[in-house]
Amino acid sequence: MSTDDAHDPKFGEYGGQYVPEALMPAIEELEDAYERYVLENEDGFMDEFRQRLADFGGRPTPLQYADQLSARYDTDVYLKREDLLHGGAHKLNNALGQVLLAKYMGKERIIAETGAGQHGTATAMAAAHLDMPCEIYMGETDIARQRPNVFRMRINGSEVNPVTVGRGTLKEAISETMRDWATTVENTHYVIGSVVGPHPFPKMVRDFQAVISEEAREQAIEKTGGLPDAVLACAGGGSNTMGAFAHFVDDTDVDLYAVEAGGSSLQVDEEEGVAPNSATLSTGDEGVLHGARTKLLQDSDGQIMESHSVSAGLDYAGVGPELAHLVDEDRVIPVNIDDDAALEAFHRLSQDEGIIPALETAHAFGYLEEHHDEVGDTVVVNVSGRGDKDLETVIEETSKRDLDIAPDMSIFKRVGGGGL
Amino acid sequence: MGLERAFADEPAFVPYLAAGDPNYEASLEYVEALARGGADVIELGLPFSEPIAEGKTIQNAIVRSLEAGMTPDRFFEFVTDLDVDVPLVCMTYYNLIYQYGTGDGPRPFVEKAAEVGIEGLVVPDLPAEEAGPLRRACDEFGLDLVFIVAPTTTGDRLERMLEQVSGYVYVQARLGVTGAREDVDDATEESLARLSDWDVPKAVGFGIKTGDHAERIVSAGADGVIVGSALVDIVAEGHENRDSVEEVADRLEAKARELKEGALRGASERPQPERT
Ligand SMILES: Cc1ncc(COP(=O)(O)O)c(C=O)c1O
Repeated sequence: MSTDDAHDPKFGEYGGQYVPEALMPAIEELEDAYERYVLENEDGFMDEFRQRLADFGGRPTPLQYADQLSARYDTDVYLKREDLLHGGAHKLNNALGQVLLAKYMGKERIIAETGAGQHGTATAMAAAHLDMPCEIYMGETDIARQRPNVFRMRINGSEVNPVTVGRGTLKEAISETMRDWATTVENTHYVIGSVVGPHPFPKMVRDFQAVISEEAREQAIEKTGGLPDAVLACAGGGSNTMGAFAHFVDDTDVDLYAVEAGGSSLQVDEEEGVAPNSATLSTGDEGVLHGARTKLLQDSDGQIMESHSVSAGLDYAGVGPELAHLVDEDRVIPVNIDDDAALEAFHRLSQDEGIIPALETAHAFGYLEEHHDEVGDTVVVNVSGRGDKDLETVIEETSKRDLDIAPDMSIFKRVGGGGL
Repeated sequence: MGLERAFADEPAFVPYLAAGDPNYEASLEYVEALARGGADVIELGLPFSEPIAEGKTIQNAIVRSLEAGMTPDRFFEFVTDLDVDVPLVCMTYYNLIYQYGTGDGPRPFVEKAAEVGIEGLVVPDLPAEEAGPLRRACDEFGLDLVFIVAPTTTGDRLERMLEQVSGYVYVQARLGVTGAREDVDDATEESLARLSDWDVPKAVGFGIKTGDHAERIVSAGADGVIVGSALVDIVAEGHENRDSVEEVADRLEAKARELKEGALRGASERPQPERT
């Protein structure tokens, strides 16, 4: 695991606690709960968490050998199947951990933000499972492009509050959830959805997600007799990323690739305040957003840019402070893949391996397609989630492009669906 | 003598407006109208794209101001162009302070702020824990750093904060975000009671809308009232109805007078002034 000190709110220069004073007492309370329950297993918290992850969540998830991709790239490709976790993404590891922690802390209400809706769905499921009322904030743009998850949250009994300011994506949803929390902090826990936000969230979320690499490392040794040459994971805020990397960070022979969304272009439009990508680790610079000092997409004044990605879960102008630090330390390699390559990778994995990945996840496979010569002989790719939620977006985005690999989409025209 | 002086003789009325809302020229008029209406300190918001402590009213003001082209440099020009004889405080978020100039620390921003005549800063996303570098820069250039005391701030946190604060403390009247309200929260009186031993002016903000609110808060022991959203609402309404700048400025001046007079009434109702 990472060698940091649990009490230290910083990762090098990054991290910290940049939040309104009203929230600070709750954050101190959370630090205390994190140390006692998560790090010291007080009252058997971690035992209960692990048991529920197994019974409710379906852990452990397999590390699967990918026959077709391995042959295609002449590289042994292993898939860490977080898409098989309950809810269809790695998000439940964190959501279940935090909702359970909120219970141990005596909180009565759960709030969360969501981008792709996977974290919102996982939180709604965990809240239903543990009998807690739950409200989810989601940007309007994301509500439109991730509809299946909006239904799932509602069906699980959560309220979904649309956020209409700005572009209506993850950044605005986080801001709005923080505003709710500043009002309701005395009885409410904010289940943040990635390794972002003020300390202790980045460390705590990483610790809940670290089960991914804890399992994957053992499974890799069991299956291959050694460690992989590389681990690849997509990175939005970076929770599946840190989860997939955590137990490999000290294995310095294992290369760690964080694959961000290159969107439609890496060029920014300063005038409009728009970065048509979410490549924060590769192109962002240091600043303070949503409680932490980290790398950001911002203009020269420090105003936060509107990011873009075809995948809602990567569409964020910030990134986890620990990842920013690991990039500066040259331990994590930041790379990015554009919308087109991610869509192609989506279709390829679906056709070749019978796994429909989330559009977020597809970015990691896009990188493998383009750079399989450079990543070594054995690689683990974290399949952070499945792509059911993305089908409408994929149909629409595929029909706008001329992708060789895409299946014939005319059936959608014939049945009049998809708004094509 | 820093911003304390504005609270020395009588309860202070401290209005807030987002600079540049709805545009640069009108905003200059509006701020000057507040000064005519009796403002003792004026808090000028420098708009940041992610205002996490702000409710809808001020969020919208920030959007209007940014869309009209407000930037940190324009803000400093704005302060220079203002014709008011009232101490000015800049309220903004830490990233804008941090990025200004060299992009790696608060010093250039504070230096520039001091140069244009700003006397203090309020930074809602900067708790005392992270305030060291900004505190040092403020000391170097003679600015006050105002901290917000929330209803949830007690015990050690309160002590730590009061060691760092200067000018005045911003007593947050209720949990939540900014926004005008119809009532005064009991949390206000509790917060004032917690602070009663501290020899620094206590200005109460969040939710104050009328002269009667101001009266009640000052009679409960506050040294000043901070009013933002109720004034921004006047700007927003005028903008939507396309009222003339003079009309809106007159309304702001009248509202300022109402709030200042409420505060004065509150002081006269206090058994005896607690500060000498
Ligand atoms: C399947 C999937 N992968 C990845 C992400 C990106 O989040 P993170 O970078 O925190 O793993 C999301 C976010 O919604 C997601 O749904």
